[in-house]
Amino acid sequence: MTTTHPTSTSTRAGTLGTNAHRPDGVAKVQGGFAFSSDMWSENMLWGATLRSPHPYAKIISIDDSAALAIDGVECVVTAQDVPGNPYYGLIMSDQPVFAAIGDTVRYCGEPIAAVAADHPETCKRALAAIKVVYEILTPVTNPQDCVSGIAPQIHPQGNVYRHQRIITGDQSIVGDVIVEGTYEIGMQDQAFLGLESALAIPDSGGEGLELYVATQWLHEDRKQIAACLNIPEDKIRLVLGGVGGAFGAREDISLQVHTCLLALKSGRPVRISYGREESFYGHVHRHPATIWMRHHADRNGKILKIESTMLFDGGAYCSTSPAVLINAITHTQGPYKCDTASVEGWAVRTNNPPCGAMRGFGVVQACFAHESQMEKLGVALGLSPVEIRLRNVMETGDRLITGQIMDSVAPVEQCIRETDAIAMPEPLLPNADIRQIPGGTGLTAQPGNIVRGVGWGVSMKNLMYSEGFDDYSTARCRMTDGVVSVKFATSEVGQGFTMLAQQIARTILGVDEVLLDTIDTQVGSAGSTSASRQTWMSGGAVKAACEKVLEDLFDHAALTFELSRDHVRIEETDIVDILSGRRIAVSEASKGINLDRTEEYHHPPTEDLDENGQGNCHVAFAFVAHRAVVDVDVELGLVKVVQIATAQDVGRILNPISVQGQVEGGIAQGLGLAVMEEIIVKDGKVRNPSFTDYLLPTFLDAPLVEMVLIEEFEPKSPLGAKGVGEPPCISVTPAIANAIRNATGRELPRVPIRPYDICL
Amino acid sequence: MVEVNLHGRQPQTVINLRRVEELHEWSHRHTQQTVTIGSAVPYSVMETGKIAELVPALAQAARTVGSPQIRAAGTLGGNLGTCSPAGDSLPVLSALNAVIHLIGPQGTRDVAWGEFMLGVKKNALGSGEFVHSITVPVIQGWQGYAKVGTRNAMVIATASACLVRDTEEGLISIALGSVGPTIIRCSQAEKWLRKTTSLRAGAQINADLAVEFGRRVSDEATPIDDHRSTAAYRRHCVAILAQRLLVRSLA
Ligand SMILES: Cc1cc2nc3c(=O)[nH]c(=O)nc-3n(C[C@H](O)[C@H](O)[C@H](O)COP(=O)(O)OP(=O)(O)OC[C@H]3O[C@@H](n4cnc5c(N)ncnc54)[C@H](O)[C@@H]3O)c2cc1C
Repeated sequence: MTTTHPTSTSTRAGTLGTNAHRPDGVAKVQGGFAFSSDMWSENMLWGATLRSPHPYAKIISIDDSAALAIDGVECVVTAQDVPGNPYYGLIMSDQPVFAAIGDTVRYCGEPIAAVAADHPETCKRALAAIKVVYEILTPVTNPQDCVSGIAPQIHPQGNVYRHQRIITGDQSIVGDVIVEGTYEIGMQDQAFLGLESALAIPDSGGEGLELYVATQWLHEDRKQIAACLNIPEDKIRLVLGGVGGAFGAREDISLQVHTCLLALKSGRPVRISYGREESFYGHVHRHPATIWMRHHADRNGKILKIESTMLFDGGAYCSTSPAVLINAITHTQGPYKCDTASVEGWAVRTNNPPCGAMRGFGVVQACFAHESQMEKLGVALGLSPVEIRLRNVMETGDRLITGQIMDSVAPVEQCIRETDAIAMPEPLLPNADIRQIPGGTGLTAQPGNIVRGVGWGVSMKNLMYSEGFDDYSTARCRMTDGVVSVKFATSEVGQGFTMLAQQIARTILGVDEVLLDTIDTQVGSAGSTSASRQTWMSGGAVKAACEKVLEDLFDHAALTFELSRDHVRIEETDIVDILSGRRIAVSEASKGINLDRTEEYHHPPTEDLDENGQGNCHVAFAFVAHRAVVDVDVELGLVKVVQIATAQDVGRILNPISVQGQVEGGIAQGLGLAVMEEIIVKDGKVRNPSFTDYLLPTFLDAPLVEMVLIEEFEPKSPLGAKGVGEPPCISVTPAIANAIRNATGRELPRVPIRPYDICL
Repeated sequence: MVEVNLHGRQPQTVINLRRVEELHEWSHRHTQQTVTIGSAVPYSVMETGKIAELVPALAQAARTVGSPQIRAAGTLGGNLGTCSPAGDSLPVLSALNAVIHLIGPQGTRDVAWGEFMLGVKKNALGSGEFVHSITVPVIQGWQGYAKVGTRNAMVIATASACLVRDTEEGLISIALGSVGPTIIRCSQAEKWLRKTTSLRAGAQINADLAVEFGRRVSDEATPIDDHRSTAAYRRHCVAILAQRLLVRSLA
């Protein structure tokens, strides 16, 4: 890794800009970290969920008497036991806690009942003993049928989650060169390793409860749980259970309400933990999408107009489908200038598995289409992939197709040039290690069977929530007798926010030790750990709270030690009066005092899109370029991604190794979508709900990653940093697809690219 | 263990063979030029060392199984007990005409590979019988295993093939995995090749002939479409694998 600019000024261990250690790092590496599935409580029962085997069916009856008769079964809950709102949902309250008698199940795996029992095995037997009579209905599985209107309405709230256009510029423009294509993106799973798990502990009075859960957004969960349970929010305390990855799959409610219902009904602590198969049914996935795009360009390659239609299959329930769609259509142009566009997007309801948030959130799909188009445009004009992109790069100050002005730092040209400057990998040698050749130890190929290809992908990604949403974050900082502690409700899902919070406090307050309070709902909301937003948003909140405490500390120190209040600042671990040169150690100055501040950070407000898709809907953007080098066994269709070169716009680097981790991990996930990761759904049923058949890249599939971090302070960001989580996984997918196209000469309009797409 | 962990099977009785020492042993009989391998020998032992020298195709197959952890625990007995058409050691046993030594309440018996695997996860094991060991010949010539999967490690075979060229006898045998209910021995293609060309040491084969061999091999496969792949791709794979293995065997 190289960085093009020097980073922070302070090099004191653990401050901003250094490779501070994670507070949870050692425990995670040594296996001592308690994930939510390790939680246990005295007198605890186990919970389990009964799910529909049908994608679309009416429930005629549910008989749980045989289950209740089993020794060790404590209780069963169904729709009848939901005291409050029978539905939940992040945007639209349309998903039943349990499918009710007389109503329908709308996807295969939809919850119908939950049981609590003394042992997981007892739970299994109880589930098998619940008799459900269904009237099987014909599922709606083709999203196109919802656009054309021929599909029957499968939910009272309709089959269309959102339909939105973007129209801007002179539509009569016709380019000298026109390229078009229809692209398809398969359904990817977040595939986090730490499975869904929650432990609910009812209060002794029976009025409220405590829920320990692995989630991305404690306060939003609490809001939805409280509505379903019909209990005031302040009677429910949510505590973050150890989270083993999220990637969007923990934004929606899964087992939260079920666990609480069982705990309240039984009066005992209840834990539900999903297994891998159930996890595939228990959370939303990345939207499969079909995108048509047509680019018009002039003779020099300048993009004149983009036309596109996008169809996102949201599956049975809404989740975040409308927001995913908006992200997709507003990123149609990618990181390129474009004045004229006509885009129409649909997100619809089918009886396929529900889809929602996943790393990249709609931009992944749009980017696959626009980057496939850019490659075609380059070929049509006889320009290299680099040249066609450089002729169109977006800059700060450009007007987007939504009318919004790009006011983020936008080093797109630099991303491309820095990536281009990274050395190409060595050619495949005749005596190469077999593990470096497509097919690996399967010994299918020899170097002579292999063709090498190179491809590009460049992307733009919005940061934070959009369209008028105030996704603020809250943090509390205390300094008691020299001991600093910070508290927030920010979900630590593995991204390292707890470490960053410590870095911020150390840097601002001049202390080395920073304690972390429990992550729970005893402080204001932090918003979701998603949308590449926590470093910016919760980082901003922690910074604000620490700065308030610092002001208080300066007030106190100025009085006590007769310093010039207006001329004090922190240097290393001292308060320094720059007029007199006097230094007082922070530890000394803070003796005997108790400072306590809670602050919120809000980003500037955004707007909804109007009917023509115009409006300042996004907060900020980040950019990245990827160049993929692949080796392809053209006869067998097997691929080895040799190298990914990347330059990413990251703002100020707060923790280099952490950024590097995000970049490498994101690339692996984008590679998965390019060549292997897909939930295969047929007739509304998932065919591969296991890691035997849902393939994730292994270490042998992971490419060499050569990265350049483009460090340019983002003035709009409280710490100068941009979110770095999502960008790495977005344009790497089309970069790999373009490289395979380059090697094979095939169009390959769909990801994941399967071996038979290449060779048959 | 896969049945128990993944498919929730609840066996009434579990017999642990791990401490039966003789099942962990293997031997090389120089007089008969055979290798006998106990059913509890794990893949990690077959991957390298002496077994790999004597039966290289078995080592290659072992090397493709799962991950290092799986190879340290998984055994030939388990692969034979499961008898999945995707079991990686099975095409090797087939192409080498292995003999399976069984032991049970009625004593011991030997079953030729051709009579052992009866269908998808079906084998000739009688009630109370288990696999003691297997015996394969040490071949003069060449042998190799190749496996196609959708990722570069830790993958169930989409299609696989083992080719053995015995230069003394002038014979070639080829067996396919994952393209039918059992491991498929391509006796028609073997016969055709034997008739068409000499396979003894020093023999040369032209490229067209290798392609035709591949085509004939794939004709004997009976693959299906499923969520892992398509019948057409599997058939295509075994043609390419047979062609490449044949060329390698003569290189
Ligand atoms: C993650 C993972 C990856 C895998 N990858 C592969 C792969 O790439 N290729 C592959 O071929 N397999 C693979 N497997 C399957 C399996 O591990 C292997 O087939 C292995 O050989 C099984 O051996 P075992 O000793 O663990 O058998 P067990 O799991 O203990 O037993 C399997 C079956 O064989 C029976 N059995 C065991 N020993 C005997 C015996 N001596 N006589 C008669 N019956 C017996 C058992 O009763 C049981 O029915 C994988 C499994 C996992 C979990």
